[in-house]
Amino acid sequence: MKLAVGPVLYYWSRDALLDFYAAIAGSAAEVVYLGEVVCSRRRSLRFEDWVGLARDLRNAGKEVVLSSQALVESEPELRALRRLAANGEFAVEANDASALALLAGAPGFVAGPHLNVYNEETLAWVAELGAKRWVPPVELGREALRVLQEKRPPGLETEVFAYGRLPLAFSARCFTARHYNLPRDDCQFRCLEHPDGLPLATREGEPLLNLNGTQTQSARVHDLSAAVGELRGLGVDVLRVSPQASHIDEIISVFRALIDGTVGADDARGRLDAARPAAACNGYWYDRPGMDYRIDG
Amino acid sequence: MSTVVASRGLAPAAQAAYRPEEVPELLCPAGSFPALKAAVDHGADCVYTGLRDDTNARNFAGLNFDEASARQGLRYAHAAGCKVLLAINTYPQPGGAGRWRRAVDFAADAGFDAVLLADAGLMCYCADRHPSLAIHLSVQASATSYEAINFYRRRFGVSRAVLPRVLSLSQVENVVRNTEVEIEVFGFGSLCVMVEGRCALSSYVTGDSPNTRGVCSPAKAVRWKQGPDALEVRLNGVLLDCYAQGETAGYPTLCKGRFSVNEETYYAIEEPSSLNALALLPELMRIGVAAIKIEGRQRSPAYVAEVTRVWREALDECARNPSRFSVRPGWTGVLARVSEGQQHTLGAYHRRWK
Repeated sequence: MKLAVGPVLYYWSRDALLDFYAAIAGSAAEVVYLGEVVCSRRRSLRFEDWVGLARDLRNAGKEVVLSSQALVESEPELRALRRLAANGEFAVEANDASALALLAGAPGFVAGPHLNVYNEETLAWVAELGAKRWVPPVELGREALRVLQEKRPPGLETEVFAYGRLPLAFSARCFTARHYNLPRDDCQFRCLEHPDGLPLATREGEPLLNLNGTQTQSARVHDLSAAVGELRGLGVDVLRVSPQASHIDEIISVFRALIDGTVGADDARGRLDAARPAAACNGYWYDRPGMDYRIDG
Repeated sequence: MSTVVASRGLAPAAQAAYRPEEVPELLCPAGSFPALKAAVDHGADCVYTGLRDDTNARNFAGLNFDEASARQGLRYAHAAGCKVLLAINTYPQPGGAGRWRRAVDFAADAGFDAVLLADAGLMCYCADRHPSLAIHLSVQASATSYEAINFYRRRFGVSRAVLPRVLSLSQVENVVRNTEVEIEVFGFGSLCVMVEGRCALSSYVTGDSPNTRGVCSPAKAVRWKQGPDALEVRLNGVLLDCYAQGETAGYPTLCKGRFSVNEETYYAIEEPSSLNALALLPELMRIGVAAIKIEGRQRSPAYVAEVTRVWREALDECARNPSRFSVRPGWTGVLARVSEGQQHTLGAYHRRWK
């Protein structure tokens, strides 16, 4: 199994992004997804910068994929998407039907986790359109994946979102701007102040969600480290680690060691507990509410 | 709301009356035969329905149609010249497409005017087996751009698309201008703040979501508890809100609870408000939307009757004299009453909402 670093879902400064990818270049991850998936107002890096970064990472031996924005509303966003689809150099991860429209027929794209591929018929369809890899929706559990793996079209790789706060929803509204009583069009880029998102708790203080601009994430960190053996058994090809502001190197090494079988489950859990920015969950994998957590597998 | 309408101004004085074929279709919800009858009797051009299972996004106990009542509804509506759609707008689960395919077969056999689909695999099946059955792209398919919509047209011959409630009016207009597919928009009813078809908040807390089970914040996971000072509501144990005496408590969906962010407690995602785009009718007609949809298959026949009547009157009046259209206070009163005291919003149509 390969290890992938998903796109950075938060708004980080240019320096923070460059530092992060310098570390990734030297990490044990084989695949790196680049680009802005959440909000077109976030422009720490321009398109040319992303492509430059992609070339650097390719030179460092990584497979690079450019990720498309998950919610496409405006004409400028469509223009950016067309440019991405026509880059001619790197594979693209399609995260909405607009991207699928532009990538269909061009072999080698990745059908991203926001595409609503829930069943074997739709999986066959995206493969026919030219997908080389797909990422199931995060709410799909192991029983569903078992069926889909059995019926998977030949040559199609499966990548599972294995670590990170879950991207649960997208909106036209920016919840970070709303928190600061700002309109989205004049958000003053307040997301920059929250490199791991803005935590939302219940009135009893129980962490529930994590506001990340127009994206709503889980407060808990989805963690399938206990299921790595099971994922391998199902023929999953790639495990995705979703970036967080600190300790990404440790997260990657633990998952690498789990894949290679060089670390025990208890050790791995201990190290991840220390590196996670919040409590863990893995309920979706076991066909339970996504926020649930079980360590017995 | 009034400031928005004022800033938009009135349509140009030269705007003539619309011809009947230019008037958007009024599409009303029917969660039961009595609701269907209410919609038809009060002037709906079209009603949308669902079967009594998880093939549709309002899979609630006691709601929807079995095959016999669906055929009865079709006869009633068609006799009055009203179209009937079948929503089959959830995502078949792995290995389980049979039930969804049977629903499509049933729609073709029974003579529904179109099916509302979200899943591409099911669209493949429908276009292949029932090429003459019209496909409307459900809002659950999350197609927010004309590129996406035109793609579904090229692939499956989709004739109409329902836009998610995320686009501003000018974005809606841009979509309409760049596609041959008829565009349907929401006019009234409960408001999803998240893009439809892209929201797993409900399954994160309860295990069931619109995409997987056709439910959001399902009633079986909701617990109300009256304490000495406040009424508490929980979803699978998670506190969504507590209401002091005199505060109105709406249906507890996760996105409309009060939560704490940076030690400030407020409606962090959305107030318990509902959409009312009545004031935008002249704009929606000028833009050329093909249909206006009323949400609420889970609502009572009385609700359907009242809302359909108001929107029928408003559409007819706007069509006759678009330049002089204004929202009558009587309409607002009726719509406010059926919204159970919730405030109304223009939602994403109004850019500031975002």
